[in-house]
Amino acid sequence: MRKILVGVKRVVDYNVRVRVKPDGSGVALEGVKMSVNPFDEIALEEALRIKERGEAAEVVALSIGPDDAQQQLRTALAMGADRAILVKTTDAIDPLVASRVFAEIATKENADLVIVGKQAIDDDAAQTAPMVAALWGRPQATFASKIEINGTTAVVTREVDAGLETIEVDLPAVFSADLRLNEPRYVKLPDIMKAKKKPLDVVEFASLGITADVGLKTVFVEPPKPRAKGIVVKDVAELVDALKKKGLV
Amino acid sequence: MSKILVIAEHDGAHLNQATARAVTCARQIPSGHVTVAVLAADPSAVAAEAAALAGVDAVVTVAHAANGQALAAVLAPQIVALAAGYTHVLAASTAFGKDLLPRVAALLGVPQISDAMAVEGAYKFKRPTYAGNAIVTLEAPSDRTLVATVRSASFEPAAAGGSASISAAAIAVDLPAHTRFVSLSASPKSDRPDLASASKVVSGGRALASKENFQLIYGLAAKMGAAVGASRAAVDAGYASNELQVGQTGKIIAPDLYVAVGISGAIQHLTGIKDAKTIVAINKDPEAPIFEVADFGLVADLFVAVPEIEKALG
Repeated sequence: MRKILVGVKRVVDYNVRVRVKPDGSGVALEGVKMSVNPFDEIALEEALRIKERGEAAEVVALSIGPDDAQQQLRTALAMGADRAILVKTTDAIDPLVASRVFAEIATKENADLVIVGKQAIDDDAAQTAPMVAALWGRPQATFASKIEINGTTAVVTREVDAGLETIEVDLPAVFSADLRLNEPRYVKLPDIMKAKKKPLDVVEFASLGITADVGLKTVFVEPPKPRAKGIVVKDVAELVDALKKKGLV
Repeated sequence: MSKILVIAEHDGAHLNQATARAVTCARQIPSGHVTVAVLAADPSAVAAEAAALAGVDAVVTVAHAANGQALAAVLAPQIVALAAGYTHVLAASTAFGKDLLPRVAALLGVPQISDAMAVEGAYKFKRPTYAGNAIVTLEAPSDRTLVATVRSASFEPAAAGGSASISAAAIAVDLPAHTRFVSLSASPKSDRPDLASASKVVSGGRALASKENFQLIYGLAAKMGAAVGASRAAVDAGYASNELQVGQTGKIIAPDLYVAVGISGAIQHLTGIKDAKTIVAINKDPEAPIFEVADFGLVADLFVAVPEIEKALG
C-alpha cells in the first residue's frame, strides 16, 4: 500500500493528576506537561513497523489542535513518520468533528489505512476510529492487538470482552490500537535532529469547511466524589473479622 | 416523550448483563418508552430474556444470518434504519458498544456521549473524563437523536419481572461484505464468575511477580466465590490475560467487594474500581496509593497474607 495516516493527539501527560477548576468550567491545563496520547504512539509504532516490513510506502501523522501540537507532531516525525499535518484550531474538538477531519484528509491524501489509538486519555471517549470508518465508508477494526497486512486485505486480532476476536477486512480500512499491539520505540537524539527537517504542513481548520459546533454543550465539570476514609487493619484476623461483620465473606 | 432504543449485547443464546444495566439507565430518562433491539441470526432466545426484564416496554428483533457475529460495520446500518422514530439510542459501554455505537452516531451525523454515568435530564448526562478525575455534565440538542454508551458500573441491572411484547422488524438495507468474521479465541472457560458482573472480585498486581504465583489469586478467588481481575502491570508482564485487566483502559467494575492484592494503585487502575462498595488492599508498601481508596488496608507481604486469609475463611 502507499500510505498510512496516523492520529497524533496532544493530551495531558499520563503522569499528571489533573485538577478541576473551582468554577466548574473545566480542568486546569496551564503549565501542565503535554504529550502524545500513549495509544496514538502505539498506532504510530504499528504504522512504522508496517512500513519497515515493506508493506507501506509512507506514514503521515495528523493532529488537530493548537499551534503547540506541532511539538507532538515533531515527536511523531522523530519516531519515524515521513511527514506531518496539523489542522490548526483552538476550538474544543468533539470526536465527531475530529472524525470528519480525518475522513476528509484520508480522502484527500488517498490513504490506504488510518490507524488511531483506541482512546485518548483526556476525554476517554473512544469514538474516533469507528466514526472515521463510518464517515469514510470503510471497514473498522477497533482494539487491535495484532495486525497482518495481506495485500488488499488485512487480518486483525481484536481485544474483546470474551477474549480475542479475529476479523478480516478489505483495505482501505480504519484500525484502533490497543495496549498490547506493540511497544513503541524510544526516540533517539539524531532522529530528533532529522525530524526538524521533515515536512510539517499547517492547515487552518476553518479552510476545511467543517463546523466545530456539534451541539453538545459542557454544562459543568466537577471532581469525582471522594471515597470515605478507610482504616488500616493490623492483621489478617482483623481483616477477615471486619469483612465477616459486613457479610462480605 | 422519549423513545429509547437499547441495543442488546448477546452471544446468540443469552443477553449480556451489561444490557440489563443499560436498560436501567434508559428507565431513568424522564417519561421514556424503552425498546430493546435484538439483532441476531436467530433472536428468539435473547429476545425472550430481554422481554422479561422489568422496565422494558417492547422488544424488536432483526433476524439475519449476517447478524450471527457482532460486526459493527454490519450492525450499524441496520441500527440506523431502526433508529428512525426513536429519540435515544443506547448500548452498554463494553467492547461491543464502544465498537458499534460511534459508527451508528457518525452515520446519523450526531455526536455520542460515551460512558454515561448519571442521567440528569432527557438530554443531559454525566460522564467521566481524565481517568475519572473530572466528571463532565453534557447537554445534547433535543432535536436530534441522542446516542450514548452506558457505563455499566454506574447502574444496577434491571430486575426480572417484565413481559414486553416482541415484534420482528423488516429492514431493507444493504449490508457491507468488506468485514468478515474469522474466529473467536475465548479465554479458557473457568468456573469463576464473570469479572464485569461479579459481586466479588480478587485482583492481582505486579507484586505477584510470576504467572505461577498469580495462581494464588485464583486460589483466594475460588475460596471467596469471586471473579479474578488484574492490574495493567500484571497483564503486561504476562501474569494474567488481557480481558482480566481492570482500569481506565480495561474493565470498569463496581462489585460489592474488591480485593486488591499486590496492586500499587495507579490512578488508571483506581478509576476502574472507584464504584466498588468495599475495597480491600493488601500491599507491602504502606505508601502505596491503593490505600487512599481502601476501606480496609492491610500492610503485609501478600505471600504470607493470602494463605492466611484462605485459612481464616476455612
